[in-house]
Amino acid sequence: MNPGWQRLHPLTPLLRGWRFLLVVGAGVGQQGLQGGNGIDPSKVGLIVLAATAVAVLYGYVVWQTTRYRLTSTELQVDSGLLQRRSRRVPLARLQSVDVVRPVIARVLGLAELRLEVVGGGSTEAPLAYLTEEQAQTLRSRLLNTVAGRAEEQVPAPENVLVSVPTGTLVASVLLGSPAVATVVLLVVVVAATSAVGTAAVPILAGALPAYAAFVTLAGKRILAEYGFTVAESPDGLRLRHGLLDTRSQTIPAGRVQAVRMLEPLLWRPFGWVRVEVDVAGYSGGRSETQAATKALLPVAPRALAEALVGRVLGAALPVAAAPVPSRAHWRAPLSKPRLRAGLDDRHLVTTYGVLTTTTDVVPLAKVQSLRLTSGPWQRRLRLATLHADTAGRRLTGAKAAHRDAAEAAALLAELAARTRTARAIASR
Amino acid sequence: MTDLPDGDWLRPAPALLRLRRLECLLLVALPLLIAAVLTGVLAGLPQALGVVALGVVATGLALVSVRRRWAAWGYAEREDDLLVRRGVLIRRTSVVPYGRMQFVDVTAGPLDRRLGLARVTLHTAAAASDASIPGLPVAEATRLRDRLAALGEARQAGV
Repeated sequence: MNPGWQRLHPLTPLLRGWRFLLVVGAGVGQQGLQGGNGIDPSKVGLIVLAATAVAVLYGYVVWQTTRYRLTSTELQVDSGLLQRRSRRVPLARLQSVDVVRPVIARVLGLAELRLEVVGGGSTEAPLAYLTEEQAQTLRSRLLNTVAGRAEEQVPAPENVLVSVPTGTLVASVLLGSPAVATVVLLVVVVAATSAVGTAAVPILAGALPAYAAFVTLAGKRILAEYGFTVAESPDGLRLRHGLLDTRSQTIPAGRVQAVRMLEPLLWRPFGWVRVEVDVAGYSGGRSETQAATKALLPVAPRALAEALVGRVLGAALPVAAAPVPSRAHWRAPLSKPRLRAGLDDRHLVTTYGVLTTTTDVVPLAKVQSLRLTSGPWQRRLRLATLHADTAGRRLTGAKAAHRDAAEAAALLAELAARTRTARAIASR
Repeated sequence: MTDLPDGDWLRPAPALLRLRRLECLLLVALPLLIAAVLTGVLAGLPQALGVVALGVVATGLALVSVRRRWAAWGYAEREDDLLVRRGVLIRRTSVVPYGRMQFVDVTAGPLDRRLGLARVTLHTAAAASDASIPGLPVAEATRLRDRLAALGEARQAGV
């Protein structure tokens, strides 16, 4: 083996195949229980044994043929026996590095390293599984290389900025969709029973799965965002969260494409906001099941959240102050009071939303394209909507809705010029 | 910006209008003509005339809408970005900086090729960007593609 090449942890096949082993175990157990149904138990045992042997062999071969190494410019991952795959991830393209620990891996002290690059349809080059220590070392080496620092440095010291109290997290999640779902359910129950009496039972039985889905979703969110900590390190921002499956994300400075602050209706008395970020290359899909979250901060008082966003983006945010003309309420009667926009040399900030007040922040250096749209009703009112598109998959940019048409056109010209300057500064 | 003098906007070829009109005839007039003939055979002349009248009105409306939509298309190559405007009911103007371009597509369907037309589409890293110009003469489409690719190369900015 060439110098520098390393293997994954020997327990990897077991961790990847444990579901299969469970199924086999369950199958064997079931056969054992109903042994007298005509099938020879010994034959079943033989088949199971053979399948397990094949699976173990396969897992071993995969493990044996997978190796990785880090050079000064790229991460190299080779795998495959018959069809060999050799992947090179240029570190200059690296957007973020996550260390993910599913429950079972945690028990064994193992972790998975995920690298996100721009344009990856799925998470590119996940390294599963390494020992926790290997994962941490590799991560700090990767981030050191990205930042152009000397290698073999001690792990960068951290400075915890925010940690979210469990009580606040649980309360905030419950005040979100589950609270709304409960209210809706109660209304349905009252309405249905008063209208048709006991005949309503089937209807209610039908509504229960939907309600359960809301509650499950809330539960998943609490599990994923439990113990949320935001820390600052020389590598960038470090997020840690999760109760069972834990995840530790590192977002290098300057990789954030867009930020969104959300303020649901029921959070307003508490002054809470949720902050979400988008980093180019984060893929949805599979990673969503692994305690992934797009939250930068699941819940915090507004001032704290804004300070954190300013820190992430490296500058204080402009205030979204410019209101829309009063005739806009003919087009957007509910959200009109909340439609605002603000712009400075580095960021565009827009707010909108009916029940959830949403604030989008886009760094001008990250804007991919600008669009001005105006529907028939908007044109009648001399209004137009401006979009600033960014490269993220989760947040797609900011929109300043229902601005005065002339103002929007001027804003478009202004933004075209300012984004050009911001790009020039960023790529210098 | 959006009120560039009209002369500064480049337009799709008139052949695109011919193509769209042809599509109107094929998709609106022809089916209604067939319907009219069938109605005439099955129900009688007055009903068939009704269908013909409907067909005339629908085709007329479609032709007017096609003409207006064709007239709404425009693009302008500025120093640092490409402007594309389109749409009658919903007016859209897109600004795509050359440095943000990931790749350029030139596509042409069978009817397009017949008339020597092609569509140029710009792709950026944002899924919402929608800069696409239909109905360019093939030579112009190729020129635009090469120019955009060259400018994109010269001004490439990191994501």
